Amino acid sequence: MLTFHDLACAKGERLLFKGVRCALERGAWLHVSGANGVGKTSLLRLLCGLSQPAAGVVRWDGESINALGDAWRRNLLYIGHDSGLQGMLSARENLRVASSLAGVQPSDEELACALARLGLASRADLPTRFLSQGQKRRVALARLVGSNAAVWVLDEPFVAIDGDALQVLSGLISAHLERGGLAVLTSHQAVDIPGHRGHLLELTR
Amino acid sequence: MSGELMVFATMLRRDLQIAWRQKSDVLMSLVFFVIVASLFPLAIGPETALLQRIAPGILWVGALLAAVLSLQRMFAGDHADGSLEQMVLSPTPLYVTVAAKTVAHWLVAGLPLVLVGPVLGLQFHLEARSLGLLMVSLLLGTPVLSLVGGVGAALTLGVRGGGVLLALLILPLYVPVLIFGAGAVEADAAGLDPSGHLLLLGAMLVPGAFFAPWATTAALRISLE
Repeated sequence: MLTFHDLACAKGERLLFKGVRCALERGAWLHVSGANGVGKTSLLRLLCGLSQPAAGVVRWDGESINALGDAWRRNLLYIGHDSGLQGMLSARENLRVASSLAGVQPSDEELACALARLGLASRADLPTRFLSQGQKRRVALARLVGSNAAVWVLDEPFVAIDGDALQVLSGLISAHLERGGLAVLTSHQAVDIPGHRGHLLELTR
Repeated sequence: MSGELMVFATMLRRDLQIAWRQKSDVLMSLVFFVIVASLFPLAIGPETALLQRIAPGILWVGALLAAVLSLQRMFAGDHADGSLEQMVLSPTPLYVTVAAKTVAHWLVAGLPLVLVGPVLGLQFHLEARSLGLLMVSLLLGTPVLSLVGGVGAALTLGVRGGGVLLALLILPLYVPVLIFGAGAVEADAAGLDPSGHLLLLGAMLVPGAFFAPWATTAALRISLE
């Protein structure tokens, strides 16, 4: 269970938001929405532990994520705004590195399968700098396929991808929730995860 | 293979792959070293005694500058494309990734200096014994440059004008390596025992190899906040 109370985030002197609270049970997902610049990405970074909140604590199963450290990161999968792809490496190599960092060693078939799931089978060996924005996004999202992390934190996962990939993605999230995982994502559009009603967290200034 | 070793091997391989596919980046600092070291014999003229006298210092300064030139690449690309966040969020300690990246940096930017240094020494009429000693001193010293430089590269991530700042920050820290690296060759040429200098270089390398990646991880976390 992921909980946070009275979370505040400051950028330099400026307070982005305060008093943000939520409790997410396993199998639930949270849609973070709000105007541009209101701090959606900053909130996700706080949840991951990439930056520290000005006030409040993020807890996983009752323990502060700072105290959990590596144990927390084992449960976490984060896909940020920047897809984390090295342009010189192919989709397959990028996915292999990302999996290895997440602590799994996928076989060649598993990698091919994950890329095929997102419609990248024919692009698997192309350096990712030659891919379109949407295809790069798909490569990043292919990490979700074999992931056994309990918490998915996705920053604007629906941006730049087409209708087919959108369906695959909501299918992946839905299956993840059914396995008892939980997800936090940001989006400016309404998000529909089949069979799961999400909590909405609207950030305001 | 344990998890840490696996990540170390994967990240090392990744960085070497990237370097191999961006050969021009790698060659740039090496060519810089070659050109800087070649300018001096051209400017000073063919006086053997003088060239021999200044060679160790010039070659070592050239190696230092070439190393600084290559430092910025260490984390900048990963910072720009978001890979660095993934490394920080990995359940494997960041220390492992940083150590792999430091080793990769040395293999790509440091080892070529070690190999090319003695060749450049020929322009200065250095004798075979001095050339060998120069190579040994570079072999011991250049890893320290990568290790200490990593801390600076991590601290100046995302800073405007980071390249110049990095040089200002890191070059003073390179002074001991310069003194004992060039000193070893000079001492030998003067008929003294160079082993003291080399041992001191080794004494910088060992704690550096242990503590510098640790300091780099701390600096990376600060830069990412």
